Amino acid sequence: MSYILDIDGVNKTFGGLQALNDVNLKIEKGETHAIIGPNGAGKSTLLNCCIGRLIPDTGSVTFNGKNMIGMNAHDINHAGMVRVFQTPEIFPDLNLLQNVMIPALAKREGTFSFNPFKTLAKEKEIHEEAMATLADFSLDTFHDKLASSISRGDKRRLELAMGLIQHPALLLLDEPTAGMARHDTNRTIDLLKSEKMSSMTKVIIEHDMHVVFSLADRISVLARGHIIATGTPDEIKNDPKVKEAYLGEGDDDE
Amino acid sequence: MDAILIQILNGLDKGGAYALIALGLTLTFGTLGVVNFAHGAIFMLGAFCAVLFQNILTFSKKVKDESITFFDAYKEQPYLEIWWGDTGSAIIDYAVPLSILFAIPVMLLIGVIMERGLIKHFYKREHADQILVTFGLAIVIQEIIRHFFGANPIPTPPPDVVAGSAAIGTFLGLNDNLVYPWWRLIYLAFSAIIIFSVFAFLKFTTFGMVVRAGMADRETVGLLGINVQRRFTIVFGIATVVAGLAGVMYAPILPPDYHMGMDFLVLSFVVVVVGGMGSLGGAVAAGFLLGVLQSFASMNEVKAILPGIDQIIIYLVAVIILLVRPRGLMGREGVMDD
Amino acid sequence: MTNFLKSNGVVMLIFATVVLTAPIWLAPIGASYPDLLQKFAIFGIFAIGFNILFGLTGYLSFGHATFLGVGSYTAVWAFKLLSMNVIPAILLGTAMSGVFALAIGYLSLQRSGIYFSILTLAFAQMSYSLAYSVLTPITNGETGLQLSQQDPRIIDGLFGVPVEAGLPSTHLFNISMSGLSGFYFCAVILIIAFYVSLKIFRSPFGLKLRAIKSNQTRMKYTGFNTRPYLLSSFVISGMYAGLAGSLMAVTDPLAGAERMQWTASGEVVLMTILGGAGTLVGPLLGATLIKYFENIFSALNLSELHKIFDGLPDTLENIVVAIINPFVGEGWHLMLGALFMIIVIFLPGGIMEGVSRAFKWIKRILGFDKKQPVVTSNVTPKGEEK
Repeated sequence: MSYILDIDGVNKTFGGLQALNDVNLKIEKGETHAIIGPNGAGKSTLLNCCIGRLIPDTGSVTFNGKNMIGMNAHDINHAGMVRVFQTPEIFPDLNLLQNVMIPALAKREGTFSFNPFKTLAKEKEIHEEAMATLADFSLDTFHDKLASSISRGDKRRLELAMGLIQHPALLLLDEPTAGMARHDTNRTIDLLKSEKMSSMTKVIIEHDMHVVFSLADRISVLARGHIIATGTPDEIKNDPKVKEAYLGEGDDDE
Repeated sequence: MDAILIQILNGLDKGGAYALIALGLTLTFGTLGVVNFAHGAIFMLGAFCAVLFQNILTFSKKVKDESITFFDAYKEQPYLEIWWGDTGSAIIDYAVPLSILFAIPVMLLIGVIMERGLIKHFYKREHADQILVTFGLAIVIQEIIRHFFGANPIPTPPPDVVAGSAAIGTFLGLNDNLVYPWWRLIYLAFSAIIIFSVFAFLKFTTFGMVVRAGMADRETVGLLGINVQRRFTIVFGIATVVAGLAGVMYAPILPPDYHMGMDFLVLSFVVVVVGGMGSLGGAVAAGFLLGVLQSFASMNEVKAILPGIDQIIIYLVAVIILLVRPRGLMGREGVMDD
Repeated sequence: MTNFLKSNGVVMLIFATVVLTAPIWLAPIGASYPDLLQKFAIFGIFAIGFNILFGLTGYLSFGHATFLGVGSYTAVWAFKLLSMNVIPAILLGTAMSGVFALAIGYLSLQRSGIYFSILTLAFAQMSYSLAYSVLTPITNGETGLQLSQQDPRIIDGLFGVPVEAGLPSTHLFNISMSGLSGFYFCAVILIIAFYVSLKIFRSPFGLKLRAIKSNQTRMKYTGFNTRPYLLSSFVISGMYAGLAGSLMAVTDPLAGAERMQWTASGEVVLMTILGGAGTLVGPLLGATLIKYFENIFSALNLSELHKIFDGLPDTLENIVVAIINPFVGEGWHLMLGALFMIIVIFLPGGIMEGVSRAFKWIKRILGFDKKQPVVTSNVTPKGEEK
């Protein structure tokens, strides 16, 4: 099977509100798939259902042939699905190097390993790997700074580095460029297109159409909790339903 | 049967105190997001309001004791009696109920000073810091009280009229020998009234609605914008007065000493956990429930089978509830999950 | 150079020297007698262990005195049943408190944050009640557990140790555990305990604990199951407390329920935050300071205060004494409470933070501070190169 992630018939309601309505989405191995849609369309809810933060009311999420529903967050991570958050989720009290070493340790050690007598400073491999990853994101020059002290753009890049060092089979990116200045956005696009990341399967949620069209192989449009179209960027651009969804939003308030 | 009735009443009494303290804990935690480890000390301060008021009323002068004629003997006679004779004695007799009037402004003042002077600065700090600073405050309050009032429990009797027992057996058509102290019945009624007033206040006033909205979703409190600070102060003040009044009225039941606050605090926390953090109804229900359970566990028949069960029953129940229903009896999903 | 100074060997060498020479350099401030030195070491171990939980993971336990008490009771039982040699006592004391910590930790860690603190407090109160009244056959209730001449002491019996006329005293292979030799025994244990803590701080395990404190949610999404990490750290710190408790029984072979009271749990929290939670030596520093000042202040009374301030004019003397009096003697706890608040309000990082602030300040004054270049990755944006 060539689908790495198969979201099938997922429904999720909050109170009386139907956040996701029969969502079907198949992600192919190696593609960069963007999910776009107006505000409140359910994009973040969909990601949360994949990552184990929310449990869908009905439907299934299958990743690499394994059912993900009801799995712990840490097990989903080890299955190979890693999420980069919209608001930077880093370890503010640790330095950049440590921030990147932790996911590397997770990759090596699994969900739990009791090693109070190992010496961190002697973990040469992980140390080098972390420094190399930081270098890829040009964060290596200040690797000993506290993560809380760096700029917002750098924090988001740091989180990307934390995701990348685990070499996930699938990277879920929640608005990776939101709130970034233009040149920062361009840098992030270049990073995501770079050799190290281009072969990785990625799902990107994004508002910025510039980012979407420069990265995506395929695009899905989510409106009112339902996928209304999936296709190549060109197909999506010319899809009348998509135009309606985006234009219709302003016309009638539903 | 009679013994069971007595135990239920005993339990409801204790439960009333737990419920009133837990109510304040839940209120401050739900709206202000602050864990107040000094809340037990406030309960204790309430009890000492009664003691202090009693001391003020019985402020005495040395007078010659006329009843002793062989030699010059002196006795202490309260000024109130010297000035007003029998009226004065009657006022002294009613020291505890009267001290409610004294306690309300005092407790409110203490609450406002605490919130403005200390708690306010900890809204944005970590929970651990809040716990630590209020824990320190609890020790300070406790030690100050010990410095002024000593380490021994101080008797604060109820008015003579209600010092005896009510013949509830006769009243209910049961055994005539079945009696129960009047003051404990009064305490039960009193805690019910306070609980109902707090709920009515939250239910029927605009202010109360804002508070309830805030407890359901703390973010919205911030969004409301309109003078949240003052509302926080008022909520904290209410919680302080409620715990204080619970203490005042409890003084005749348990002669106040300086460490009674900590004992009640730990149990009230357990009550809050069992009831479900953030749920006012849960706090009240769990308070009465645990009070009654504890009271049954201290029956001799039960103790004969399980010695010492009365000492630990509440904690055991808490552990079981926690394992079976991690959010407590009435806790809702999403409220203070972490 | 700094790397060399920070290497395990050098740190341990300095630490061991400082601890073992304590009887010499503490003499000028009148703190060099063995009883007090032992207290420093024992409470130091307690605080170092507590720091492994609170300092690293941020989980605030209010029930660690429970494990101290369990350690003491177990050690006294070991003295009663097995041998007056201290080795079985401290091994069993530590192991038994580890078992208790596993059970209490497992249950308390079902919840996090405030819930966790409240649960540990509730368990501590429950254990206190159990020890004080319910389990009297094991704990001897109010009186406390003591040695008696009728105790079997099986191992001692096997080795034919003669039964003395009075109560036997604790020993390490016939080295007496009273006086200075008792202190050196505690000091060696303290050095070992510190070494273990140093190893944990510098291990990947320690880093992960700190990451849990920093952002637990992120840890879960990074692929770590955080609960076993928290439980291990809880058990380790509980065993430290048990070790400290059994050492208390070594220096004075009796155990009472008051050792398990919440005030004792609060005290170790205060020691840790006073010195600096999450730092290596802070908790030990805090423990030493508190025990030192407790020793001085709780012994003072009104007449002694008047003696101390005798040199002042009478009115001033009376005022000063009136201000200080509530804080000394019986009022020592008032001082602890006030100290608690002052530290949390003004110096959340404890003394260690104060020291590092002072160092920075001195460096700036003396002009040692090199101007650090402003670092940000935006200096050479890669996007512009293309």
